[in-house]
Amino acid sequence: MPVLKNIAAIAKGMSITFMEMFQPTIVENYPDGPGPLKGAKFQARFRGTHVLQRDENGLEKCVACFLCAANCPSNCIYIEAAENTAEQRVSGAERYAKIYNIDYNRCIFCGYCVEACPTDAITHGHGFEVATFNVSGLIYRKEQMLAPMPAHMGANAVFNQDEIGAGAPAVAVQGS
Amino acid sequence: MLSIETFVVVSVIKIVIALFVLLTAVAYTVWLERKVVGHIQNRWGPTRVGPFGLLQPLADGIKFIFKEDLTPPHVYKPLYIAAPMIALICALTSIAVIPIGNWVTIGGVHTPLQITDLNIGLLIILGITSLGVYGVALAGWSSNSKYSLLGGLRASAQMVSYEVSLGLSLIGVLIVAGSFSLRDIVDGQGGHFWGFIPKWNIFYGGQFVAFFIYLISAYAETNRVPFDLPEAESELVAGYHTEYSAMKFAMFFMAEYANMITVACVASLLFLGGWHGPVFGPPILQAILPVFWFVLRVFGFLFVYIWVRGTLPRFRYDQLMAFGWKFLLPLAIANLVITALVVAWRA
Repeated sequence: MPVLKNIAAIAKGMSITFMEMFQPTIVENYPDGPGPLKGAKFQARFRGTHVLQRDENGLEKCVACFLCAANCPSNCIYIEAAENTAEQRVSGAERYAKIYNIDYNRCIFCGYCVEACPTDAITHGHGFEVATFNVSGLIYRKEQMLAPMPAHMGANAVFNQDEIGAGAPAVAVQGS
Repeated sequence: MLSIETFVVVSVIKIVIALFVLLTAVAYTVWLERKVVGHIQNRWGPTRVGPFGLLQPLADGIKFIFKEDLTPPHVYKPLYIAAPMIALICALTSIAVIPIGNWVTIGGVHTPLQITDLNIGLLIILGITSLGVYGVALAGWSSNSKYSLLGGLRASAQMVSYEVSLGLSLIGVLIVAGSFSLRDIVDGQGGHFWGFIPKWNIFYGGQFVAFFIYLISAYAETNRVPFDLPEAESELVAGYHTEYSAMKFAMFFMAEYANMITVACVASLLFLGGWHGPVFGPPILQAILPVFWFVLRVFGFLFVYIWVRGTLPRFRYDQLMAFGWKFLLPLAIANLVITALVVAWRA
């Protein structure tokens, strides 16, 4: 009897959906979830807001070669280069990026800048809470994207002990 | 007999309460649907507004009120404006004859728990819900858009087709009960047989098949999945209400859910024994319990509605018509004939 077969088929489907009602939901409760990520989950390869990396000495990896800006399909990277000097050394090479802006109004998170970078200076982080009420806030400056100093940096710093004893503020001795 | 003043006051109070309860029920049926379908799909459903998203209907309503009421320039305005009103009025009016419990005495006034007790209550419901087709058909036509027209056309054809088997499935109940009054039909279903099985029409009256014919036809009448061809969004954008926005759209929406509730009420009254159930305790509890049993049945029926929506895919249009005319209609007629024979033999 085809009718009975059809009824059985519908009953089977209905039972599946009914049982499914008592299964746990697979929704990531993003803003209400636990932890600092508030429930958001990432793949390691997730392309979020950019991070400008430092080398093991705490110097910026970016050498202001402009390859990322040249590769950017949405033209959202703005760089001004400057020369490193003996007094002020910012990157490991001759030049460094004095200004490095990414306009997140335009960025499409394609990752071409990351692929182009010869020194692995620009990478994708996991930041994604970029939304703002003010579009000018979407233009991120270098200071907002720079990675923090490596953890060992400053561990052996030599401070101006003598002057601190005389009441001066603590300052690390140059070159330590 | 009540004095005319008491009658008017009691009626107005009953109308206000019934409308308030119905509209609240409509709003929370939407919430229930979103919640249940969400859980079927392993989602949460509404959670953001209030605990368990319970204030979501309120947020939806406020949103509908504040939306821009757009009237496209190419519509035929009088009917375009009248159509949602017709749909909503027809959906809300039919609640007037639905009894939700026994007679109660409050403050010396003896009154039934129903706005008006007509001896042709079921006919009124069938007639008024049939008029609701006008809202859909006129909306489709007056919108002057091909999606709306196709949706309205499908809706009217579908509703007219399935009304036949819907009506025939109810006639079996009418033969068993011998009355058109919803109160009489429910009163005839009290008690038990074989010790424990309740004398509901679905069991005692032998209207098991009729119940399922009614169930399926009712889904088609209210344009619900799997018979939601009039608003098949993958083909027709939104069908007959494509060109509607803001409160006009909300009126169609409310009409659909109010119709669902009416259909659920009728099913509970005619097939599932209305408000019959175990009644015990003090007088106040004895007055409330029947209403509770009735609401429970309606809730169960609405849940099945939503459950089916979360399960079944949409019919093709030729399948819909073939199923209605070639399968349901003969089955309904067979049920009618057999019921008539059984009742005649018993007598």
